[in-house]
Amino acid sequence: MVNDVLGGLGLLGSSPEMLVLFIGFGVVVGVLFGFFGMGGSFLVTPALLMLDYPAPVAVGSGMAFVFGTAVIATLKHHDLGQVDYKLGVIMITGTTIGIEAGRASVYYLESLGLAGGIISVAYVVLLGGVGAMVTRDAMNDDGDSGVNHEASDEDLSEYEIPEIAKTIQQTVRIPPMVTLRGDVRVSVWVITTVAFTTGLLSGFLGVGGGFIRMPAMIYAIGVPVPVAVGTDLFEIVFSGGLGSYLYGQGGGVNLSIVVPLLFGSALGARIGSAATAVVDADGIKIYFGGMLLAGAIAVGIGGIGSYLGSPALELVGLVMVIGAAVVVALAILYTSVVSLRTTRDGSATVAD
Amino acid sequence: MPGLEVPSWDPETAMLIGVILLEAVVLYVGYGGLERLLGPRVMKLLVGGEEHGQ
Repeated sequence: MVNDVLGGLGLLGSSPEMLVLFIGFGVVVGVLFGFFGMGGSFLVTPALLMLDYPAPVAVGSGMAFVFGTAVIATLKHHDLGQVDYKLGVIMITGTTIGIEAGRASVYYLESLGLAGGIISVAYVVLLGGVGAMVTRDAMNDDGDSGVNHEASDEDLSEYEIPEIAKTIQQTVRIPPMVTLRGDVRVSVWVITTVAFTTGLLSGFLGVGGGFIRMPAMIYAIGVPVPVAVGTDLFEIVFSGGLGSYLYGQGGGVNLSIVVPLLFGSALGARIGSAATAVVDADGIKIYFGGMLLAGAIAVGIGGIGSYLGSPALELVGLVMVIGAAVVVALAILYTSVVSLRTTRDGSATVAD
Repeated sequence: MPGLEVPSWDPETAMLIGVILLEAVVLYVGYGGLERLLGPRVMKLLVGGEEHGQ
């Protein structure tokens, strides 16, 4: 319906406009991903749903996009030595079963005509929950909770294991046990449970699952933060690849969506990643949390619009999803340039 | 409800995923090269040039 409205306005009536829209949205998503190491990608599926793509196409193309993004990011993190391949390989089994269960659920709900609605509700809960958590963290931040993508050279044994992870490691000692990087010893069953749960989310929502898996690896398994980031991305290459393949078999992967999105996001990710070197992520985290909350509200409004058959409400939802992401991406770029200029002026003053 | 499936070999879908994989690798290498080539000029443009900082 939104397509009809936009088409009627002549905004998205032909493919060049859609191409520009997808490349532009890809750049925005890439900046967010490159800067925060997560997020962004889970705005793609709701946006596609609001553009009236069928649920399997929205989820399948979203997942294929996540797969491509993860390939690029893993290549980078491999170079930084942040990937625990043993942990990644163990997680693949649980994730694979989880993804397939999630995917089967989407097709079942689609056959009942309920997929779009239920996936939208799941997104509202997920974006709202994660958004509230990030915003609360940002407001109570002590400045040391950010994820530094470039922090590769620190000794992994220096990272302190969270108390909850220590408790799990000491309580759940069902064999076989494995030793991971950073001298972490944990039951394979803990790893498999984390993998299955996040795989289920990936398969159902078309997301990489990193925003759940990364904290789960840190707090449930006790993996050092840089290794959690790198291994998560390595895992997404496989889970995203498999999920895309399964959706692709059902006609759920649309290359005219994925190719331009990836083209834009790969560029955006480089910009976002470069920005982490000059901007304090904690200062912008609150905007990120706000963006997720706005996304949750937008998906809710879009869903209500779809239920009531109101194209205007669906359009408002779409504009809010994309608008919130654009605002945060612009805030990152603006803060980066200001920060660079301030540094330059400071250097000039010292030199004088 | 459709049951859990074991993925079967489908050359057309494999090609589809291969295209995305290839695009990702090409973009990683291509944008990396562009960054090295144009990065300093873009920084100069944005920040105002190194000569101002000295």
